[in-house]
This record gives sequence, structure tokens and C-alpha cells, in this order.
Amino acid sequence: MPDTWMDQLIYMVILILKIVAIVVPLILAVAYYTYFERKVIGYMQIRRGPNRIGPLGLAQPFADVFKLLLKEIVLPENANKFLFLLAPVVTLGPAFAAWAVIPFDDWMVLADINAGLLYLLAMSSLGVYGLIIAGWASNSKYAFLGALRSTAQMVSYEIAMGFALIGVLILAGTLNLREIVLAQQGGVLDWFWLPLLPLFVIFIISGLAETNRAPFDVAEGESEIVAGFHVEYAGSGFAVFFLAEYANMILISALTALMFTGGWLSPFEGIPVIGDTFLGEGSIFWFLSKTVVFMFIFLWVRATFPRYRYDQIMRLGWKVFVPITIFWVMFAAVISVFGLIVRGS
Amino acid sequence: MNAVTRYLKSLLLIELGQGLMVTLRYFFRPKFTINYPEEKTPMSNRFRGLHALRRYPNGEERCIACKLCEAVCPALAITIDSTQREDGTRRTTRYDIDLFKCIYCGFCEESCPVDSIVETDVQEYHFENRGEHIMTKEKLLAIGDRFEESIAENRRQDAAYR
Repeated sequence: MPDTWMDQLIYMVILILKIVAIVVPLILAVAYYTYFERKVIGYMQIRRGPNRIGPLGLAQPFADVFKLLLKEIVLPENANKFLFLLAPVVTLGPAFAAWAVIPFDDWMVLADINAGLLYLLAMSSLGVYGLIIAGWASNSKYAFLGALRSTAQMVSYEIAMGFALIGVLILAGTLNLREIVLAQQGGVLDWFWLPLLPLFVIFIISGLAETNRAPFDVAEGESEIVAGFHVEYAGSGFAVFFLAEYANMILISALTALMFTGGWLSPFEGIPVIGDTFLGEGSIFWFLSKTVVFMFIFLWVRATFPRYRYDQIMRLGWKVFVPITIFWVMFAAVISVFGLIVRGS
Repeated sequence: MNAVTRYLKSLLLIELGQGLMVTLRYFFRPKFTINYPEEKTPMSNRFRGLHALRRYPNGEERCIACKLCEAVCPALAITIDSTQREDGTRRTTRYDIDLFKCIYCGFCEESCPVDSIVETDVQEYHFENRGEHIMTKEKLLAIGDRFEESIAENRRQDAAYR
């Protein structure tokens, strides 16, 4: 640990540089995720998607961002001004903070803490507060309804999500994300998606619900409650909510990649010929490509399914996912105890 | 179908998977989008767009102020005043088409005995100030002069079917 104030200062500067090195690419990723989303959904609807601004429309996200930032911030007359302005920050904070424990590679992690998984669960739960505060402080019935809906939904699906992560926890035997990935060493079949297949699927579906994405986007429900919790937000406030939502989607994709598909580990690991070349080595490249695959699934699902009815969402969360996950957690415990799974060395 | 298979089907997300496959298939389809200002869809030679008044090849305006178009216009969009010119022919002094009233039915064109008033295939036009929607005789003749080539070509292609 640093002793003098000089050492502490250097430590702080390095730390801040590390944070910037995570947050800036993340914001850029969010910007291009919106572009990617519009392109993917466009392609699935046999359209071309944005292609006017810049080559292939690549400058589109910046046009959108500057449009939003230059817009007037409207404070509703009867809103609780302080909470109204606080809510976007409260939503964005956890969405970014969660990235602190994500290991991008064996050594590339900001905070290699032992309770990483718990920290992630805590951060994803904290995000709900932003929605509640936004919905309540807006003093609008639509925002309030949207906030209530998303609260109930996120609380329900957090349970299924938590259980899915407990399965991972049992097999890996650790809460440290880096060690969870290392426990999956040995090739595609040693990743946790195979022994935990139902939990893997449920984690992705709960992830959709957690981030209020289609087909679980009743919190926005533009056809019935306008835009849900963020109706009253304009300009940069709206942009911050947008940023948080997409950062959360990327986070869930990254988590799926870490927990179930071996993070930065190479899929060619252990395969005789290819596995011996550089392709067999784990690197940040594999982690990012796995994340992108899951990010694509988010968009794919949105382009495919209509919105769930609210009671069906609740039924799915409580009466289907919770029992299945509980059963499979027990199953995972059994195979873990009796050593039916051969752990990677 | 019995309850067990239905239960298994929904549990294994089979139908959801099928749905996802549909969108994935469409993802790789050729796209329908036409990049509009650069690419355009083919247009019929009978397209009824912006109006124009034509001239004879010697430069004389075709319109003889018979007012058949004014009479046939179902939207009463055409207003014509006429007088006798020095050479004894009857000509219009005023030929106004109110484009806000016009329903682009093409009756004026059908009724015209000298193929003077026509509807061109021009569909890209707009107005920026009040009053610009009134197409005066001068404006209509200018449009006719400008697009005479395509007007004549479209008439020629359609002539066999009239």
C-alpha cells in the first residue's frame, strides 16, 4: 500500500486513468450499440437501417447524442426537482460502477475483489432505485405506472437471476469473477453453459427482463403508458437513462459471457491443431466477441417477439423460472459434490 | 395434442426458437429499401404529377382557351380568362391552377383538344411561401418548356393504348 502522499497521488491518478480506460470505451460501445440495434432491427425487417449520416451511417450515434444534449431540459411544474434530477444519475451510477469488477482478461480488471458476484448483484439491484425515483419524482401518472411496473418486474426477475448465478457459484466454488472464469478452463464443453443449460437460458431471459428490454419492456410500454418512467425527461436527462439502459444491456451480455461461456477463454482451447496456435490462447478478443454475440441476442429477441402481457411476465418469473432455477441449483449442487463435472485444471 | 407435449414444447422454447429463426432468415434477405434521392422506383408514363402547359414546336402556345378543362375540373381548381389576340386567335390571359384544390385526376388533360394542359411525371416539388400553390400561366408554360422532352416521350409511349 502507498505510504507517502506522493505515492497516494500516483495511485489515485493511475486508478482514475484505469477508470477512464473502462468508461470511455463503454460510452462509445453504448453509442454504437444504439446504431447496431437500429441496423440489426432494420435488417430483420428487410430495411437498411440508418445510412445517411457519415459512411454507412456510422456518425448517426453522434448526431443523436448531440441532438439530445442540445435540447432543452424541461423540469415539470409539480415534479420534485431534486429527485427528478437525481434519478438519471442514480440509474447511471450503478450501471457504470458494476464494470469495476468485470475481468476483461486474466489481468485486466479494475478491482479483483473476492465478492465480485455479490457486488454485481448489489449494483444491478441498485439500478431499480433510479427508475422508482424517476417515476415518482416526475409526478405523472404514466411515469408512476411505469416505475411500479418495472420495480415489480425487476424485483421478480432478480430472484431467478440470482439463482442462476448461484448455480455458477456452486460449480465454480468462488465469488471472484476472475476465478469463476478460470474454473471453466478446458474448452467449450467445460464452460458452464452445458451443465447449467437451463440456468444459462434463464439468465439471458431474466437479463432481458432486468434491463426492461423487449419483450419485457412494459416499463416503457409506449402504446399504453407513453414511455413509462421517463416520459417527463427530455434532452440530456433522457440521454442519461438511455445510456444507463444500454450500459446495463452490455453489462448483462458481458456477465453471460463471463459466467456461462468462459469469459476470455478461447473456444478452441484443447482442440488439437487450432488450440496450439494463438487462437487457443485466452484473450480480451474472445471476451469481447462473446459479449457481442449476447448483445446481438438482445436485439434479435427485440426484433422477434411482441411485448408480454404484464400478468404473464409475473407468471413466467415466479411460477416458471423460480422453480426451475431452484431445481437446477440443487442439481448443480449434486453434480458438484459427487464430482460428476471434471473441473478444468 | 396432449398436455404433456404442449408443456414440453413451451418449456423447451421450441416455438420461440422457430420465431427467432424467422427473423434470422429475414436478416440475410436482400433489402427492399430504395435509397430515395439516389435511387428511384420506376414510374409509369401515365403518372399524374405537376401540371404543365405545352407549346407547339414553333413556340406557339397550344392552349386555345376553350375552357373545357375548367369545365371538367371536379375540384374547380382551374380558372381561365381569355381574350382575342391581335392576330385574331383566342388566347388565355390568365390560366391558374390551384394545386391545393387539384386532386390530380387528370381530367383536364383528357379533355384538352390540343394536348395543351398535361400532367407531367414530376412529383418532387414544394412551396415555401403563401400563394406559391397557384400555378400561373407563366409558371405552367415554364414547366412545360423545361420538361417538354419527357412529356413528349411519355405521350408517345402511351399513344398506342389510347
